Amino acid sequence: MNLVACIKQVPNTDTTIRVKPDGSGIDETGIEWVMNPYDEFGVEEALKTKEKFGGAVTIVSLGPARAINAIRTALAMGADRAFHINDIVFNGADAYMTAKALAAVIKTIPYDIIFCGQRAIDDDSGQVGAILAALLDIPQMTVATKVDVEGNTIKVVRPVEGAELLIESHLPCVVTAHKGLNVPRFASLPGIMKARNKPVEVKDAAALGVSMNAKAQIFRMMPPSARPPGRIISGDDPAAKAKELTKMLREEAKAI
Amino acid sequence: MAKGVWIITEQRYGNFRKITFELASTARKLADELGEDVCAILLGSGIEGIAGELGKYGVDKVYVADQPIFESYTTDAHAAAIVHLVNEHSPSILLFGASSQGKDLSAHLVGRLETGMATDCTDVKIVDGRLRAIRPMYAGKCFGEVAINTFPQMASLRPNVFPVVESAREAVIVKFDPGISPDQLKTRILEVRKTTNGKADLTEAAIVVSGGRGMKGPENYAVLEELAQLLGATVGASRAAVDAGWRPEADQVGQTGKVVSPDLYIACGISGATQHLAGMGTSKCIVAINKDPDAQIFVAADYGIVDDLFKFVPELTKEIKALIS
Repeated sequence: MNLVACIKQVPNTDTTIRVKPDGSGIDETGIEWVMNPYDEFGVEEALKTKEKFGGAVTIVSLGPARAINAIRTALAMGADRAFHINDIVFNGADAYMTAKALAAVIKTIPYDIIFCGQRAIDDDSGQVGAILAALLDIPQMTVATKVDVEGNTIKVVRPVEGAELLIESHLPCVVTAHKGLNVPRFASLPGIMKARNKPVEVKDAAALGVSMNAKAQIFRMMPPSARPPGRIISGDDPAAKAKELTKMLREEAKAI
Repeated sequence: MAKGVWIITEQRYGNFRKITFELASTARKLADELGEDVCAILLGSGIEGIAGELGKYGVDKVYVADQPIFESYTTDAHAAAIVHLVNEHSPSILLFGASSQGKDLSAHLVGRLETGMATDCTDVKIVDGRLRAIRPMYAGKCFGEVAINTFPQMASLRPNVFPVVESAREAVIVKFDPGISPDQLKTRILEVRKTTNGKADLTEAAIVVSGGRGMKGPENYAVLEELAQLLGATVGASRAAVDAGWRPEADQVGQTGKVVSPDLYIACGISGATQHLAGMGTSKCIVAINKDPDAQIFVAADYGIVDDLFKFVPELTKEIKALIS
Protein backbone atom coordinates (compact mmCIF):
# COMPACT_ATOMS: atom_id res chain seq x y z
CA MET A 1 0.00 0.00 0.00
CA ASN A 2 1.28 3.47 -0.87
CA LEU A 3 1.01 5.69 2.15
CA VAL A 4 1.76 9.37 2.30
CA ALA A 5 2.07 11.48 5.45
CA CYS A 6 2.18 15.26 5.18
CA ILE A 7 4.01 16.94 8.03
CA LYS A 8 4.81 20.43 9.21
CA GLN A 9 7.46 21.65 11.59
CA VAL A 10 6.05 23.91 14.32
CA PRO A 11 7.16 25.46 17.63
CA ASN A 12 6.66 23.01 20.47
CA THR A 13 3.58 23.54 22.64
CA ASP A 14 5.54 24.95 25.61
CA THR A 15 6.91 27.78 23.51
CA THR A 16 6.19 31.33 24.56
CA ILE A 17 5.21 33.11 21.36
CA ARG A 18 6.54 36.65 20.93
CA VAL A 19 5.20 38.79 18.13
CA LYS A 20 7.79 40.96 16.37
CA PRO A 21 7.33 44.66 17.22
CA ASP A 22 6.35 45.44 13.61
CA GLY A 23 3.67 42.72 13.66
CA SER A 24 5.16 41.01 10.61
CA GLY A 25 5.41 37.63 12.30
CA ILE A 26 6.73 35.88 15.36
CA ASP A 27 10.21 36.16 16.77
CA GLU A 28 11.79 32.76 16.09
CA THR A 29 14.74 33.27 18.44
CA GLY A 30 15.15 30.38 20.82
CA ILE A 31 12.15 28.42 19.55
CA GLU A 32 12.37 24.66 19.79
CA TRP A 33 10.95 23.21 16.58
CA VAL A 34 9.15 19.88 16.51
CA MET A 35 6.91 17.89 14.23
CA ASN A 36 3.30 19.10 14.58
CA PRO A 37 1.75 16.71 17.16
CA TYR A 38 -1.27 15.96 14.97
CA ASP A 39 1.04 15.10 12.07
CA GLU A 40 2.82 12.62 14.35
CA PHE A 41 -0.48 10.78 14.71
CA GLY A 42 -0.69 10.73 10.90
CA VAL A 43 2.84 9.39 10.51
CA GLU A 44 2.20 6.72 13.16
CA GLU A 45 -1.01 5.61 11.44
CA ALA A 46 0.78 5.43 8.08
CA LEU A 47 3.48 3.26 9.66
CA LYS A 48 0.92 1.00 11.33
CA THR A 49 -0.96 0.63 8.04
CA LYS A 50 2.28 -0.25 6.27
CA GLU A 51 3.09 -2.85 8.95
CA LYS A 52 -0.30 -4.45 8.34
CA PHE A 53 -0.45 -4.39 4.56
CA GLY A 54 3.12 -3.82 3.39
CA GLY A 55 4.15 -0.98 1.11
CA ALA A 56 5.96 2.24 1.75
CA VAL A 57 5.48 5.49 3.63
CA THR A 58 6.42 8.73 1.90
CA ILE A 59 6.75 11.96 3.87
CA VAL A 60 5.91 15.28 2.21
CA SER A 61 6.66 18.54 3.96
CA LEU A 62 6.66 22.20 2.99
CA GLY A 63 8.96 24.36 5.03
CA PRO A 64 12.29 26.16 5.22
CA ALA A 65 15.66 24.42 5.61
CA ARG A 66 15.09 23.73 9.34
CA ALA A 67 12.05 21.53 8.46
CA ILE A 68 14.52 18.78 7.52
CA ASN A 69 14.72 17.95 11.23
CA ALA A 70 11.03 17.11 11.39
CA ILE A 71 11.40 15.11 8.17
CA ARG A 72 14.35 13.17 9.64
CA THR A 73 12.26 12.45 12.75
CA ALA A 74 9.53 10.93 10.57
CA LEU A 75 12.12 8.88 8.69
CA ALA A 76 13.64 7.77 12.00
CA MET A 77 10.19 6.63 13.14
CA GLY A 78 10.21 4.34 10.11
CA ALA A 79 9.04 6.23 7.02
CA ASP A 80 10.86 5.25 3.84
CA ARG A 81 11.51 8.42 1.90
CA ALA A 82 10.62 12.09 1.82
CA PHE A 83 10.01 15.13 -0.29
CA HIS A 84 10.98 18.49 1.15
CA ILE A 85 9.34 21.44 -0.59
CA ASN A 86 11.68 24.30 0.20
CA ASP A 87 11.50 27.57 -1.68
CA ILE A 88 11.62 31.10 -0.35
CA VAL A 89 8.69 32.05 -2.62
CA PHE A 90 6.46 29.92 -0.39
CA ASN A 91 7.08 32.17 2.63
CA GLY A 92 3.64 33.34 3.66
CA ALA A 93 1.94 30.42 1.92
CA ASP A 94 -1.65 30.06 3.13
CA ALA A 95 -3.52 26.78 3.44
CA TYR A 96 -4.57 26.81 -0.21
CA MET A 97 -1.04 27.39 -1.44
CA THR A 98 0.39 24.78 0.90
CA ALA A 99 -2.12 22.18 -0.28
CA LYS A 100 -1.41 23.12 -3.89
CA ALA A 101 2.32 22.53 -3.42
CA LEU A 102 1.78 19.26 -1.53
CA ALA A 103 -0.64 18.11 -4.25
CA ALA A 104 1.96 18.88 -6.93
CA VAL A 105 4.35 16.41 -5.29
CA ILE A 106 1.72 13.81 -4.45
CA LYS A 107 0.42 13.75 -8.03
CA THR A 108 3.82 12.47 -9.13
CA ILE A 109 3.78 9.42 -6.83
CA PRO A 110 1.36 6.55 -6.27
CA TYR A 111 -0.91 7.01 -3.23
CA ASP A 112 -3.66 5.04 -1.47
CA ILE A 113 -4.04 6.97 1.78
CA ILE A 114 -2.72 10.46 2.48
CA PHE A 115 -2.47 11.24 6.18
CA CYS A 116 -2.35 14.81 7.48
CA GLY A 117 -2.70 16.20 10.98
CA GLN A 118 -6.20 17.59 11.50
CA ARG A 119 -4.57 20.96 12.11
CA ALA A 120 -1.14 22.44 12.71
CA ILE A 121 -0.69 23.96 16.14
CA ASP A 122 1.02 27.07 14.78
CA ASP A 123 -1.47 28.69 12.39
CA ASP A 124 -4.37 26.52 13.63
CA SER A 125 -5.99 26.68 10.19
CA GLY A 126 -7.04 23.05 9.93
CA GLN A 127 -7.62 23.37 6.21
CA VAL A 128 -4.78 21.70 4.33
CA GLY A 129 -6.01 18.08 4.42
CA ALA A 130 -9.46 18.94 3.11
CA ILE A 131 -8.13 21.28 0.42
CA LEU A 132 -5.76 18.53 -0.67
CA ALA A 133 -8.70 16.12 -0.99
CA ALA A 134 -10.62 18.71 -3.02
CA LEU A 135 -7.65 19.37 -5.32
CA LEU A 136 -7.04 15.66 -5.88
CA ASP A 137 -10.79 14.97 -6.11
CA ILE A 138 -10.66 12.15 -3.57
CA PRO A 139 -12.65 11.53 -0.37
CA GLN A 140 -11.77 13.40 2.82
CA MET A 141 -12.17 11.83 6.23
CA THR A 142 -11.27 14.58 8.65
CA VAL A 143 -10.50 14.50 12.38
CA ALA A 144 -10.24 10.72 12.64
CA THR A 145 -9.79 8.95 15.98
CA LYS A 146 -9.90 5.44 14.51
CA VAL A 147 -9.04 4.10 11.07
CA ASP A 148 -9.84 0.64 9.68
CA VAL A 149 -8.80 -0.41 6.20
CA GLU A 150 -10.08 -3.51 4.47
CA GLY A 151 -9.31 -3.98 0.80
CA ASN A 152 -10.40 -0.83 -0.94
CA THR A 153 -12.73 0.21 1.87
CA ILE A 154 -11.85 2.53 4.73
CA LYS A 155 -13.86 3.26 7.86
CA VAL A 156 -13.03 6.04 10.27
CA VAL A 157 -14.48 7.28 13.53
CA ARG A 158 -14.92 11.03 13.70
CA PRO A 159 -15.98 12.84 16.88
CA VAL A 160 -18.45 15.69 16.36
CA GLU A 161 -20.36 17.76 18.92
CA GLY A 162 -22.07 15.28 21.21
CA ALA A 163 -21.60 12.24 18.98
CA GLU A 164 -19.20 9.99 17.15
CA LEU A 165 -19.71 9.19 13.50
CA LEU A 166 -18.64 6.01 11.79
CA ILE A 167 -17.90 6.99 8.20
CA GLU A 168 -17.12 4.72 5.27
CA SER A 169 -15.32 5.55 2.08
CA HIS A 170 -12.89 4.12 -0.42
CA LEU A 171 -9.24 4.48 -1.34
CA PRO A 172 -7.51 6.61 -2.37
CA CYS A 173 -8.46 9.19 0.23
CA VAL A 174 -7.20 11.80 2.66
CA VAL A 175 -7.42 11.11 6.40
CA THR A 176 -6.70 13.88 8.91
CA ALA A 177 -5.49 12.56 12.26
CA HIS A 178 -6.80 13.61 15.66
CA LYS A 179 -5.55 12.95 19.16
CA GLY A 180 -6.66 9.50 20.27
CA LEU A 181 -5.97 7.84 16.93
CA ASN A 182 -2.80 6.19 18.24
CA VAL A 183 0.26 6.76 20.37
CA PRO A 184 3.16 7.79 18.13
CA ARG A 185 6.31 5.74 18.55
CA PHE A 186 9.59 7.34 19.47
CA ALA A 187 12.41 7.21 16.98
CA SER A 188 14.80 4.45 18.06
CA LEU A 189 18.55 4.93 17.92
CA PRO A 190 18.95 2.48 15.01
CA GLY A 191 16.01 4.29 13.39
CA ILE A 192 17.83 7.59 13.72
CA MET A 193 20.99 6.07 12.21
CA LYS A 194 19.05 4.59 9.29
CA ALA A 195 17.18 7.82 8.67
CA ARG A 196 20.42 9.53 7.69
CA ASN A 197 20.65 7.41 4.56
CA LYS A 198 17.02 7.55 3.53
CA PRO A 199 16.32 9.58 0.39
CA VAL A 200 15.02 13.15 0.78
CA GLU A 201 14.24 14.94 -2.48
CA VAL A 202 14.18 18.71 -2.26
CA LYS A 203 11.73 20.46 -4.59
CA ASP A 204 11.40 24.13 -5.36
CA ALA A 205 8.47 25.95 -6.94
CA ALA A 206 9.95 25.67 -10.43
CA ALA A 207 10.43 21.91 -10.10
CA LEU A 208 6.80 21.56 -9.02
CA GLY A 209 5.50 23.88 -11.72
CA VAL A 210 3.59 25.81 -9.08
CA SER A 211 3.71 29.56 -8.65
CA MET A 212 2.99 31.32 -5.38
CA ASN A 213 -0.62 32.43 -5.31
CA ALA A 214 -1.78 32.74 -1.71
CA LYS A 215 -5.44 33.66 -1.24
CA ALA A 216 -5.39 34.52 2.45
CA GLN A 217 -2.93 37.07 3.70
CA ILE A 218 -1.93 37.90 7.24
CA PHE A 219 -1.90 41.69 7.52
CA ARG A 220 -0.32 41.78 10.91
CA MET A 221 0.08 39.71 14.02
CA MET A 222 -0.68 40.91 17.51
CA PRO A 223 -0.17 39.67 21.03
CA PRO A 224 -3.44 38.79 22.78
CA SER A 225 -5.08 41.77 24.44
CA ALA A 226 -4.37 41.53 28.14
CA ARG A 227 -7.29 40.52 30.32
CA PRO A 228 -8.03 43.04 33.03
CA PRO A 229 -6.29 41.84 36.20
CA GLY A 230 -8.36 39.40 38.19
CA ARG A 231 -9.22 39.41 41.83
CA ILE A 232 -8.08 36.95 44.47
CA ILE A 233 -10.84 36.16 46.92
CA SER A 234 -8.83 35.67 50.09
CA GLY A 235 -9.55 34.34 53.52
CA ASP A 236 -9.13 31.16 55.52
CA ASP A 237 -12.66 29.90 55.50
CA PRO A 238 -13.61 27.99 52.33
CA ALA A 239 -17.32 28.48 53.06
CA ALA A 240 -16.98 32.27 53.30
CA LYS A 241 -14.96 32.37 50.10
CA ALA A 242 -17.54 30.22 48.33
CA LYS A 243 -20.24 32.64 49.41
CA GLU A 244 -18.23 35.61 48.17
CA LEU A 245 -17.44 33.95 44.82
CA THR A 246 -21.07 32.97 44.25
CA LYS A 247 -22.09 36.57 44.91
CA MET A 248 -19.47 37.90 42.48
CA LEU A 249 -20.46 35.44 39.77
CA ARG A 250 -24.10 36.29 40.23
CA GLU A 251 -24.00 40.06 40.65
CA GLU A 252 -20.80 41.25 39.01
CA ALA A 253 -19.94 38.75 36.26
CA LYS A 254 -23.58 37.72 35.76
CA ALA A 255 -22.21 34.32 34.82
CA ILE A 256 -24.63 32.18 36.82
CA MET B 1 -19.03 41.97 -9.00
CA ALA B 2 -19.21 39.81 -5.92
CA LYS B 3 -21.98 40.96 -3.62
CA GLY B 4 -23.78 39.93 -0.46
CA VAL B 5 -22.90 38.37 2.86
CA TRP B 6 -23.84 34.70 2.91
CA ILE B 7 -24.00 32.27 5.78
CA ILE B 8 -24.00 28.49 5.77
CA THR B 9 -26.55 27.53 8.40
CA GLU B 10 -26.30 24.46 10.57
CA GLN B 11 -29.23 22.45 11.82
CA ARG B 12 -29.55 19.10 13.48
CA TYR B 13 -32.81 17.13 13.55
CA GLY B 14 -34.68 20.18 12.29
CA ASN B 15 -33.39 22.63 14.91
CA PHE B 16 -30.94 25.38 14.13
CA ARG B 17 -27.79 25.22 16.13
CA LYS B 18 -26.95 28.36 18.10
CA ILE B 19 -23.96 29.08 15.86
CA THR B 20 -26.43 29.69 13.03
CA PHE B 21 -27.92 32.66 14.86
CA GLU B 22 -24.43 33.91 15.71
CA LEU B 23 -23.59 33.73 12.00
CA ALA B 24 -26.80 35.50 10.97
CA SER B 25 -26.34 38.31 13.50
CA THR B 26 -22.70 38.84 12.49
CA ALA B 27 -23.55 38.74 8.78
CA ARG B 28 -26.26 41.36 9.36
CA LYS B 29 -23.74 43.69 10.93
CA LEU B 30 -21.26 43.26 8.07
CA ALA B 31 -23.99 43.59 5.43
CA ASP B 32 -25.27 46.82 6.98
CA GLU B 33 -21.78 48.29 6.74
CA LEU B 34 -21.58 47.26 3.11
CA GLY B 35 -25.17 48.20 2.29
CA GLU B 36 -25.79 44.66 1.04
CA ASP B 37 -28.12 41.76 1.79
CA VAL B 38 -27.69 38.73 4.03
CA CYS B 39 -28.44 35.41 2.37
CA ALA B 40 -28.50 32.04 4.11
CA ILE B 41 -28.13 28.53 2.76
CA LEU B 42 -30.21 25.87 4.50
CA LEU B 43 -29.65 22.21 3.63
CA GLY B 44 -31.42 19.24 5.16
CA SER B 45 -34.33 16.88 4.92
CA GLY B 46 -37.74 17.88 6.26
CA ILE B 47 -36.39 21.26 7.34
CA GLU B 48 -38.12 23.71 5.02
CA GLY B 49 -40.43 24.86 7.82
CA ILE B 50 -37.65 26.36 9.91
CA ALA B 51 -36.26 28.65 7.17
CA GLY B 52 -38.45 31.58 8.25
CA GLU B 53 -36.86 31.68 11.73
CA LEU B 54 -33.74 33.17 10.19
CA GLY B 55 -35.52 36.45 9.42
CA LYS B 56 -35.58 37.17 13.12
CA TYR B 57 -31.78 37.44 13.13
CA GLY B 58 -31.48 39.66 10.10
CA VAL B 59 -31.44 37.28 7.13
CA ASP B 60 -33.02 38.75 3.97
CA LYS B 61 -33.16 35.64 1.84
CA VAL B 62 -32.90 31.93 2.56
CA TYR B 63 -31.95 29.40 -0.13
CA VAL B 64 -33.41 26.06 0.90
CA ALA B 65 -32.71 22.62 -0.50
CA ASP B 66 -34.96 20.20 1.39
CA GLN B 67 -33.99 16.79 0.06
CA PRO B 68 -33.26 13.33 1.49
CA ILE B 69 -29.68 13.56 0.22
CA PHE B 70 -29.03 16.24 2.86
CA GLU B 71 -30.47 14.15 5.71
CA SER B 72 -27.07 13.71 7.32
CA TYR B 73 -24.13 15.94 6.60
CA THR B 74 -21.69 14.74 3.97
CA THR B 75 -18.87 16.88 2.66
CA ASP B 76 -19.72 16.22 -0.97
CA ALA B 77 -23.48 16.87 -1.00
CA HIS B 78 -23.21 20.04 1.06
CA ALA B 79 -20.20 21.31 -0.88
CA ALA B 80 -21.85 20.67 -4.24
CA ALA B 81 -24.98 22.59 -3.20
CA ILE B 82 -22.91 25.55 -2.02
CA VAL B 83 -20.70 25.57 -5.13
CA HIS B 84 -23.90 25.60 -7.21
CA LEU B 85 -25.18 28.72 -5.44
CA VAL B 86 -21.82 30.48 -5.29
CA ASN B 87 -21.36 30.06 -9.03
CA GLU B 88 -24.81 31.45 -9.65
CA HIS B 89 -24.74 34.40 -7.23
CA SER B 90 -21.06 35.29 -6.60
CA PRO B 91 -21.32 36.23 -2.93
CA SER B 92 -18.71 38.58 -1.56
CA ILE B 93 -18.44 36.98 1.87
CA LEU B 94 -19.21 33.42 2.96
CA LEU B 95 -19.42 32.71 6.71
CA PHE B 96 -19.36 29.30 8.39
CA GLY B 97 -19.39 28.14 11.98
CA ALA B 98 -16.06 26.78 13.18
CA SER B 99 -17.91 23.65 14.30
CA SER B 100 -17.06 20.08 13.31
CA GLN B 101 -19.28 20.30 10.26
CA GLY B 102 -18.34 23.88 9.40
CA LYS B 103 -14.62 23.16 9.53
CA ASP B 104 -14.86 20.05 7.36
CA LEU B 105 -17.08 21.76 4.80
CA SER B 106 -15.39 25.16 4.63
CA ALA B 107 -11.87 23.77 4.22
CA HIS B 108 -13.07 21.55 1.37
CA LEU B 109 -14.69 24.55 -0.29
CA VAL B 110 -11.45 26.52 -0.14
CA GLY B 111 -10.08 23.89 -2.52
CA ARG B 112 -13.20 23.71 -4.68
CA LEU B 113 -13.72 27.47 -4.96
CA GLU B 114 -9.98 28.25 -5.07
CA THR B 115 -10.23 31.00 -2.54
CA GLY B 116 -8.94 31.75 0.95
CA MET B 117 -10.37 31.45 4.42
CA ALA B 118 -9.71 32.71 7.93
CA THR B 119 -10.50 29.86 10.35
CA ASP B 120 -12.04 30.09 13.82
CA CYS B 121 -12.28 33.90 13.89
CA THR B 122 -13.03 35.82 17.07
CA ASP B 123 -13.80 39.10 15.29
CA VAL B 124 -14.69 40.21 11.77
CA LYS B 125 -15.09 43.68 10.33
CA ILE B 126 -15.18 45.56 7.07
CA VAL B 127 -12.17 47.65 6.02
CA ASP B 128 -12.41 49.51 2.69
CA GLY B 129 -15.28 47.32 1.59
CA ARG B 130 -13.38 44.10 2.25
CA LEU B 131 -13.53 41.52 5.00
CA ARG B 132 -10.91 41.73 7.72
CA ALA B 133 -10.84 38.84 10.17
CA ILE B 134 -9.12 38.53 13.53
CA ARG B 135 -8.22 35.00 14.51
CA PRO B 136 -6.22 33.30 17.25
CA MET B 137 -3.01 31.59 16.15
CA TYR B 138 -0.67 29.39 18.16
CA ALA B 139 -3.83 28.51 20.10
CA GLY B 140 -4.40 32.08 21.16
CA LYS B 141 -0.83 32.93 22.14
CA CYS B 142 -1.11 35.56 19.44
CA PHE B 143 -3.68 36.85 16.94
CA GLY B 144 -3.54 37.43 13.21
CA GLU B 145 -5.43 40.00 11.20
CA VAL B 146 -6.31 38.31 7.92
CA ALA B 147 -7.55 39.55 4.56
CA ILE B 148 -8.74 37.32 1.72
CA ASN B 149 -7.55 38.37 -1.73
CA THR B 150 -10.16 36.43 -3.69
CA PHE B 151 -13.95 35.93 -3.76
CA PRO B 152 -15.84 34.65 -1.98
CA GLN B 153 -13.96 35.87 1.09
CA MET B 154 -14.44 32.99 3.50
CA ALA B 155 -14.29 32.92 7.28
CA SER B 156 -15.41 30.51 9.97
CA LEU B 157 -16.49 31.96 13.30
CA ARG B 158 -15.64 30.49 16.68
CA PRO B 159 -18.83 29.31 18.42
CA ASN B 160 -20.00 31.22 21.52
CA VAL B 161 -17.96 34.34 20.73
CA PHE B 162 -20.27 36.41 18.52
CA PRO B 163 -23.46 37.82 20.05
CA VAL B 164 -26.90 36.79 18.86
CA VAL B 165 -28.80 39.95 17.93
CA GLU B 166 -32.42 40.07 16.89
CA SER B 167 -33.18 42.21 13.85
CA ALA B 168 -36.59 41.15 12.69
CA ARG B 169 -37.51 41.06 9.04
CA GLU B 170 -39.49 38.85 6.72
CA ALA B 171 -37.02 36.51 5.06
CA VAL B 172 -37.71 35.62 1.43
CA ILE B 173 -37.53 31.87 0.98
CA VAL B 174 -36.17 30.48 -2.27
CA LYS B 175 -36.18 26.77 -2.94
CA PHE B 176 -33.44 25.39 -5.10
CA ASP B 177 -32.39 22.03 -6.46
CA PRO B 178 -28.64 21.55 -6.81
CA GLY B 179 -29.29 18.29 -8.68
CA ILE B 180 -26.96 16.06 -6.69
CA SER B 181 -27.13 12.32 -7.21
CA PRO B 182 -26.12 9.80 -4.54
CA ASP B 183 -23.23 8.50 -6.67
CA GLN B 184 -21.51 11.89 -6.26
CA LEU B 185 -21.04 11.20 -2.55
CA LYS B 186 -17.62 9.82 -1.73
CA THR B 187 -18.40 9.07 1.93
CA ARG B 188 -21.27 7.41 3.75
CA ILE B 189 -22.30 7.72 7.40
CA LEU B 190 -22.76 4.19 8.75
CA GLU B 191 -23.55 5.05 12.33
CA VAL B 192 -24.08 7.96 14.71
CA ARG B 193 -23.25 7.19 18.34
CA LYS B 194 -24.24 9.76 20.90
CA THR B 195 -21.52 10.47 23.42
CA THR B 196 -22.63 13.18 25.82
CA ASN B 197 -25.80 11.89 27.53
CA GLY B 198 -27.63 15.07 26.69
CA LYS B 199 -24.90 17.38 28.02
CA ALA B 200 -23.64 20.15 25.77
CA ASP B 201 -20.38 19.46 23.99
CA LEU B 202 -17.38 21.22 25.56
CA THR B 203 -17.08 23.55 22.58
CA GLU B 204 -20.71 24.62 22.91
CA ALA B 205 -21.23 24.57 26.66
CA ALA B 206 -22.15 27.86 28.37
CA ILE B 207 -20.30 26.74 31.51
CA VAL B 208 -17.28 24.44 31.74
CA VAL B 209 -15.87 22.99 34.95
CA SER B 210 -12.38 21.58 34.36
CA GLY B 211 -10.03 19.56 36.51
CA GLY B 212 -6.29 19.06 36.18
CA ARG B 213 -3.43 17.33 37.92
CA GLY B 214 -4.68 18.66 41.27
CA MET B 215 -7.64 16.26 41.03
CA LYS B 216 -5.18 13.54 42.08
CA GLY B 217 -7.15 10.71 40.48
CA PRO B 218 -10.11 9.80 38.27
CA GLU B 219 -12.43 9.02 41.20
CA ASN B 220 -12.26 12.61 42.47
CA TYR B 221 -13.97 14.04 39.40
CA ALA B 222 -17.25 13.23 41.13
CA VAL B 223 -16.71 16.51 43.03
CA LEU B 224 -16.68 18.41 39.74
CA GLU B 225 -19.50 16.35 38.23
CA GLU B 226 -21.76 17.38 41.08
CA LEU B 227 -20.99 21.07 40.66
CA ALA B 228 -21.36 20.76 36.87
CA GLN B 229 -24.70 19.01 37.26
CA LEU B 230 -26.05 21.94 39.28
CA LEU B 231 -24.77 24.55 36.84
CA GLY B 232 -25.77 22.64 33.71
CA ALA B 233 -22.07 22.66 32.89
CA THR B 234 -19.87 20.25 30.96
CA VAL B 235 -16.77 18.79 32.61
CA GLY B 236 -13.39 19.28 30.92
CA ALA B 237 -9.81 18.33 31.77
CA SER B 238 -6.25 19.49 31.31
CA ARG B 239 -3.73 17.55 29.25
CA ALA B 240 -2.07 16.31 32.44
CA ALA B 241 -5.34 14.68 33.54
CA VAL B 242 -5.96 13.16 30.11
CA ASP B 243 -2.41 11.90 29.73
CA ALA B 244 -2.69 10.32 33.19
CA GLY B 245 -5.69 8.40 31.86
CA TRP B 246 -8.13 9.99 34.32
CA ARG B 247 -10.37 11.48 31.65
CA PRO B 248 -11.09 10.63 27.99
CA GLU B 249 -9.27 12.49 25.22
CA ALA B 250 -12.50 14.13 24.10
CA ASP B 251 -12.52 16.08 27.39
CA GLN B 252 -9.15 17.76 26.90
CA VAL B 253 -9.10 21.55 26.78
CA GLY B 254 -5.95 23.10 25.36
CA GLN B 255 -3.67 23.57 22.40
CA THR B 256 -3.74 19.87 21.53
CA GLY B 257 -7.34 19.43 22.65
CA LYS B 258 -10.48 21.48 22.34
CA VAL B 259 -10.68 25.22 22.24
CA VAL B 260 -13.57 26.38 24.39
CA SER B 261 -15.13 29.77 24.86
CA PRO B 262 -17.86 29.44 27.49
CA ASP B 263 -19.51 32.24 29.49
CA LEU B 264 -17.93 30.76 32.62
CA TYR B 265 -14.86 28.55 32.93
CA ILE B 266 -14.01 27.09 36.32
CA ALA B 267 -10.47 25.66 36.48
CA CYS B 268 -9.90 23.33 39.42
CA GLY B 269 -6.42 22.13 40.29
CA ILE B 270 -5.07 23.31 36.95
CA SER B 271 -1.64 24.95 37.02
CA GLY B 272 -2.25 26.95 33.85
CA ALA B 273 0.41 25.73 31.42
CA THR B 274 0.47 27.76 28.18
CA GLN B 275 -0.94 24.61 26.54
CA HIS B 276 -4.07 24.92 28.65
CA LEU B 277 -4.43 28.71 28.69
CA ALA B 278 -4.39 28.56 24.93
CA GLY B 279 -7.52 26.44 24.91
CA MET B 280 -9.70 28.52 27.23
CA GLY B 281 -8.30 32.05 27.09
CA THR B 282 -11.31 33.49 25.24
CA SER B 283 -13.76 32.36 27.95
CA LYS B 284 -15.82 35.30 29.12
CA CYS B 285 -15.33 34.74 32.84
CA ILE B 286 -12.59 32.56 34.33
CA VAL B 287 -12.49 31.23 37.89
CA ALA B 288 -9.33 29.51 39.10
CA ILE B 289 -9.12 27.31 42.17
CA ASN B 290 -5.63 26.17 43.09
CA LYS B 291 -3.76 25.76 46.35
CA ASP B 292 -0.53 27.13 44.85
CA PRO B 293 -0.74 30.96 45.02
CA ASP B 294 1.93 31.21 42.31
CA ALA B 295 0.08 29.02 39.82
CA GLN B 296 0.09 30.53 36.33
CA ILE B 297 -3.66 30.01 36.03
CA PHE B 298 -4.27 32.99 38.35
CA VAL B 299 -2.83 35.33 35.71
CA ALA B 300 -5.68 34.40 33.38
CA ALA B 301 -8.38 34.32 36.05
CA ASP B 302 -11.04 36.94 36.75
CA TYR B 303 -11.59 35.39 40.17
CA GLY B 304 -8.96 33.38 41.98
CA ILE B 305 -9.34 31.16 45.02
CA VAL B 306 -6.15 29.99 46.71
CA ASP B 307 -7.32 26.89 48.51
CA ASP B 308 -7.49 23.13 48.48
CA LEU B 309 -10.08 22.36 45.83
CA PHE B 310 -11.36 19.40 47.83
CA LYS B 311 -12.28 21.79 50.65
CA PHE B 312 -13.47 24.65 48.47
CA VAL B 313 -15.47 23.04 45.65
CA PRO B 314 -17.95 21.24 47.96
CA GLU B 315 -18.58 24.59 49.68
CA LEU B 316 -19.13 26.25 46.31
CA THR B 317 -21.52 23.46 45.33
CA LYS B 318 -23.41 24.01 48.59
CA GLU B 319 -23.66 27.77 47.93
CA ILE B 320 -24.90 27.30 44.40
CA LYS B 321 -27.41 24.69 45.52
CA ALA B 322 -28.75 27.22 48.02
CA LEU B 323 -28.89 29.89 45.34
CA ILE B 324 -30.84 27.74 42.93
CA SER B 325 -33.36 26.35 45.39
